[in-house]
Amino acid sequence: MTDTEIRAKVLEIVKQFASENREPDATESLFDSGLLDSFVLPQVVGALEEAFHIRIPDADLNPRHFESLARIEAYVSSRT
Amino acid sequence: MAFIQAFGAYVPPRIVSNAELAARLGCDPDWISQASGIAERRYAGEDDSVADLAVLAARDCLAQAERAASDVQLIIVATGSEPRRFPGVASVVAHRLGLLDGVPALDVPVASTGSLVGMVVGNALAASYPVILIVAAEKMSSLVMREPLDRNIAILFGDGAGACLLDAERGAARIVDHALHSDGAFAGSLALQADGILSMDGRSVILHASRKLPRVIAEVLERNQLSAANVPVFLMHQANQNLLDAVARALRVPAARFFSNIAKYGNTSSASLFVAAAEWQASGGFQSGVPVVFAAFGAGFHWGALLAAGV
Repeated sequence: MTDTEIRAKVLEIVKQFASENREPDATESLFDSGLLDSFVLPQVVGALEEAFHIRIPDADLNPRHFESLARIEAYVSSRT
Repeated sequence: MAFIQAFGAYVPPRIVSNAELAARLGCDPDWISQASGIAERRYAGEDDSVADLAVLAARDCLAQAERAASDVQLIIVATGSEPRRFPGVASVVAHRLGLLDGVPALDVPVASTGSLVGMVVGNALAASYPVILIVAAEKMSSLVMREPLDRNIAILFGDGAGACLLDAERGAARIVDHALHSDGAFAGSLALQADGILSMDGRSVILHASRKLPRVIAEVLERNQLSAANVPVFLMHQANQNLLDAVARALRVPAARFFSNIAKYGNTSSASLFVAAAEWQASGGFQSGVPVVFAAFGAGFHWGALLAAGV
């Protein structure tokens, strides 16, 4: 999967769970901006696992990995 | 394997509403209820100790079981909010309850998962100590309502105590199976520091709890050829209504199967499981052959589940 394809899929998942219909900046904190809250994070993680056919181990369940689009993309890229 | 004979509970009479707390914290009361499902919580008096709360819940449990303090052969007390490092409150609670001289009193300083750990330990020791009283008591207000106030933490917690009596030979339900797990890699995500400051990375706690609780519940159920669909009642640590709902969603069962009283009491840490169980038991409780799952997750991280079946 190319970086562009990963980016598009990550954005699609974040928008699916976001509180507003807008495209965040790549480095914007999805939580500090209020786009995501703590309780949708587990659902976002589950959606990432399903979309990218990966199993995210508990050791990697660090919210910083999912703080922004750029961080999610970097993490997913490291696992695919 | 032991039997659950009764539960008991005590919550202080002082009710602290979201409006009162929001005024103190400088936030919106509606934000508190949306973020947690909590409408109010109880605060103990300034002079009330963790042991005071524990003794009152223990007495209620003994009364519910129609047992005397002198029947108890082992007491286990869970708390994360007792300010004294040692000795723990267990021996004090035993003494104040009037347990027989020499009855062992064990402390379980595990915070939110403490009551579940107490049930598992008690179940394992029931062959040697046939009547075991497990108590969980917390005075969280003394931790979260001290300067510097952290509104994200302060809104969640309340004070209370609960208890459970195990008997090796008889009771309302039989403990069938259990599973406990721990992962110290995230010990810093929720901790009471030496300086008395309670720190919490809420996102980390929720992320791990939302994944680990459904998994450990499924682990215990599958081992006993059951699925979540077979379980009409889940009694879980009352951490946050949104977490209860998330675990129900992950297990694909209606949220209503997860007993909830968090709106009234907030998160009372280790006490919440027994306070919930006592209210549930008072409204009907165990039925013959019907499975009930207990589950908890908290600082450590420690988490687990216990399967019981009505007798």
